[in-house]
Amino acid sequence: MNDDMLAIVGIGIYPFGRSELTAQQMALVAIRQALSNAEVSWRDIELAVGGSLDGGQADVMVGELGPTGLPFINVLNGCATGAASLITAGNMISSGIGELGLVVGFDKHPRGAFSAPDVTTWGVGSWYGESGMFVNPQFFGMKIQRYMHEHQITEETLAKVAAKAFANGSLNPNAWRRKAISEEEILSSRLINYPLRQFMVCSPSEGAVALVVCHPHVADKYTDTPIYVRAATLRSRQYGSFELFQTSLPHDLPPTPSQLASRAAFEYSGLTPADIDLWQLQDTESGAEVMHMAEVGLCEHGAQNDLVAAGATALTGDQPVNTDGGLLANGEPVGASGLRMVYEASLQLRGDAGERQVADTATNALTHVYGAPGISACTILSAESARR
Amino acid sequence: MTSIPIAEGLFRESDDGAHLIGGRCRSCDAVSFPMRSTCGRCQHDDIVEELLPRTGTVWTWTSQSFLPKAPYTGPGTDSDFEGFVVGYVDLPGACIVQARLDVPVAEASERVAIGTPVDLVVLPFRTNSDGATVTTYAFRPSSQNPSSQEGATS
Repeated sequence: MNDDMLAIVGIGIYPFGRSELTAQQMALVAIRQALSNAEVSWRDIELAVGGSLDGGQADVMVGELGPTGLPFINVLNGCATGAASLITAGNMISSGIGELGLVVGFDKHPRGAFSAPDVTTWGVGSWYGESGMFVNPQFFGMKIQRYMHEHQITEETLAKVAAKAFANGSLNPNAWRRKAISEEEILSSRLINYPLRQFMVCSPSEGAVALVVCHPHVADKYTDTPIYVRAATLRSRQYGSFELFQTSLPHDLPPTPSQLASRAAFEYSGLTPADIDLWQLQDTESGAEVMHMAEVGLCEHGAQNDLVAAGATALTGDQPVNTDGGLLANGEPVGASGLRMVYEASLQLRGDAGERQVADTATNALTHVYGAPGISACTILSAESARR
Repeated sequence: MTSIPIAEGLFRESDDGAHLIGGRCRSCDAVSFPMRSTCGRCQHDDIVEELLPRTGTVWTWTSQSFLPKAPYTGPGTDSDFEGFVVGYVDLPGACIVQARLDVPVAEASERVAIGTPVDLVVLPFRTNSDGATVTTYAFRPSSQNPSSQEGATS
């Protein structure tokens, strides 16, 4: 077991969905909320880390917040931007740059699936994009189809996962999709990439999250309910991994980035999957939640049909997953998405999640992101310090 | 009519049919498609060209049911896009390659289910601004009569 990497002492969010505000205006709302939540002011912040894919450079915002001269590092790591920001802030604090920091993630994307005008920047030839293969959900359709074949996962399970997301979203005032959708409606919605249908796939969206973080040994100075970052890990892919934009694969597939990142987080924290009380998993589409349940150690491969059917992953279940509605109900503003999971887990562990609060005995949470070109990041958050 | 491949170095047509052009690492035996200059597994740079088996089995598939954004150059508009099928094909002794599967979307679950034997074909993909036919590679169920050719996007 290692010492805590950080403590989270203030949290702020700008609701996800579509907004008239710019990405940075949303981020400023989230930042001010996080500062107020921690009962500190911007001038107390000694270092900052932030990132956004389409919303501009995070440190531009010092112009609005107050240009105090603090070190402000901009981070961009795809879906793992938030985790990379947390890791960076942790390293800066542990190396003595400062005691109190701010982490922010924000974004605002065009409608429709993510695209790239020049696909060669993703390591494939231009022919790959011209022939219509550079489409993110295509990969997710192919990965879940293979997984369903190997582990007998059903389309009903995919629909139940999506229905749960919208049910949870309906209890979350900050979610984009706040209307419950029935399994029947989900299964009869428009086909996107077989077997994935419209209501099983998340969309790019908008939103912002900010966290005030500090050295774990001084957390009590700022709050009675610190959330300790017991681990924050990021892993890229190994040779032969089945990822987006791979023109060929070997016959022996290695562990996935999600397996690598989650194992590293458990190893670092000294905790095991049995210690985790709630899970925020990358549900780019409902099949991803199903596969990631096993990849991060929540269950064995193939156990998902029964667990989901029994409601184990619902708010009232033993293993609540994506308690705020996940990506399916919140959409994916890339720079903010991973930090949304940390925000939700913190809220739950503080016991402040209102209508969607899980059992008040919840102590530990795992957050997990996954994305192109084959990266994953996990955090393990706890209401208890490693030093207790 | 002139016909040009969508990219050089992907496939080669000969008397016994079409083959994908892969590369095998002389150091660790890993095979990749397309051929690379360094091995993805061991980073060795002694890669030898290898024509990949033209028959394999479907490893996974999905439909592309909405019109891809640019840089997609294939047929279809938002109003008349018919969709196409893509997947990965397991080529024994070589590797698993990503490819178009030449069946209509509505018939895919029947005709290219995982495990179905498929053969490589080269098909017209689009017509370019010079009027030339741009071809691409795809796989088609082995049981299908090769004379009943349809477009890659059917």
